[in-house]
Amino acid sequence: MRLDDAERAMLAGELGPAARIALQHQIAVGEFFGAKGFVPVTQAHVMADTESLGEAGVRWLESLAANEGARVRVPTITDPRGTDFARAGVLKHPAWIVGLERRAVEAFRRLGVMMTDTCINYQTIQAPARGEAVAFGDTGVVIYANSVCAARSNYEGGPSALAAGLTGRTPRYGFHLDACRRATLRIRVDWTPTSLNDWGALGGLIGRLAGNYWAVPAVEGLAAVPGADALKHFGAAMASFGSVALFHLVGITPEAPRLRDVRADRLPVAHRIGEAEVRALQSAYAGEEEIDVVVFSAPQLSLYELSTLASLCDGRRFVRPLLAVTSPQVKPDADRFGITARIEAAGGHVLSGMCFYQSYAREIAEANGWKRLATNSVKLVNILGGYGYSPQLASMEACVEAAQTGRLAR
Amino acid sequence: MILTARQAMGRPVTGPALVAHDGFSARYDLDRIAGVFSRPTHKLAGQRYVGRVLVLDTAKGGVASAWMLHDMAARGVAPLALVLNSVNPILAQGAALAELTLLVGFDGDVTAQVPNGATVEIDPARRRLRVLG
Repeated sequence: MRLDDAERAMLAGELGPAARIALQHQIAVGEFFGAKGFVPVTQAHVMADTESLGEAGVRWLESLAANEGARVRVPTITDPRGTDFARAGVLKHPAWIVGLERRAVEAFRRLGVMMTDTCINYQTIQAPARGEAVAFGDTGVVIYANSVCAARSNYEGGPSALAAGLTGRTPRYGFHLDACRRATLRIRVDWTPTSLNDWGALGGLIGRLAGNYWAVPAVEGLAAVPGADALKHFGAAMASFGSVALFHLVGITPEAPRLRDVRADRLPVAHRIGEAEVRALQSAYAGEEEIDVVVFSAPQLSLYELSTLASLCDGRRFVRPLLAVTSPQVKPDADRFGITARIEAAGGHVLSGMCFYQSYAREIAEANGWKRLATNSVKLVNILGGYGYSPQLASMEACVEAAQTGRLAR
Repeated sequence: MILTARQAMGRPVTGPALVAHDGFSARYDLDRIAGVFSRPTHKLAGQRYVGRVLVLDTAKGGVASAWMLHDMAARGVAPLALVLNSVNPILAQGAALAELTLLVGFDGDVTAQVPNGATVEIDPARRRLRVLG
């Protein structure tokens, strides 16, 4: 890779050991992908829950933060943590989990990282602008930033996003390059979803068809413009099922006013998707009637989603735990507007700063006796099978009903 | 049989191959305490991956593998190497941090060319995988 004067200085250790370690890591990754150089980034977003980090990762963070002068050079924020410190008891998180989380937080603070603890930073912190190069580290965040905002980011795992924060740059490969942003797969949709769960299912289906990170689906035929929360669920599910980082909705997303703008006019229609295909994906997560817990998470809920949920909770009394997970930026507003109180009046819990699957899902299943989990998140049902759950996909309305009756109506 | 990859990193290793035409995500697919594939729908569900050369199709899922490979290596429950037809940045970033051997991109489907259970030798410097038998 070609290095400029600042990068050579970092590599020589002139800006301290942390910057040197970070740049060495970025060069290893950049050379693996054939990057010719670096691109400056305006912000970084670090995924670093301690279930992923483990004790070894926390020690690595602490040793990095112990270096004199170790400090991020661009605004650097965090993805959800592994617990809600104020509500750890609700999840029965033991002291060792809370302790490990506190160590990670302390190391990040020493590095100058802002503990935003959110996977919806494009809704709550700062959405990047068209063409802005960033280093984002949550698949849902990256796909939204690339597709809806037309910003530029690769998937930056925790170590790489933190490295980008420490150096202010990232290797220029993948979705930083024009050539990688063109459509590779043309999909015709004959049915337009309305609910968040349906948008998620359509996204999951397209992700499954796309199949890998380098695939860029161009989707045509949508009869309505999806809102920001619909696009959030659509993108998060697509990224989860297919590891996809960029999609184009023809006539809707900024880079694809027309098929030819992303060269999709040169592609044959590879797949047609109608309501039947979406229902088939949903039916794969519909085997249980009795449920143990209801979860709204993945991604964290917006203020509008929480408001809708509160309306559904009014007048009910839950017999099963209902967990609604949001960001630390949304939670105070939900408190101020009485939304939290309405959900809690029905027996639900509003958690913040965490995400269910990033919060030791296996341990909390064992501690609480949870296996049959109902949710409207397609991303969540795709993840939780590996953690021993029997995840059930349903609308927000049906999930709330299930929290009241203990049974999921089909 | 010798296969040449387009991308490689890590140190030379030799070990038994565990092969399937399926994806890979440390968070989605593995019980990282027991060291087995735990996702019920994965083609290697129930099989132990520790110390094996995993030969799979592509990277799946999210960004957690970037940290998890490092933690798995530290706890002695990592695969010996990853060999894939294609990869997302996360597995490359994770392999770099964990100093795990990674080989990616072949002529043809690598999962159809390496027999399950065969002993394979990987030389990342030459981007080569040799099937020893």
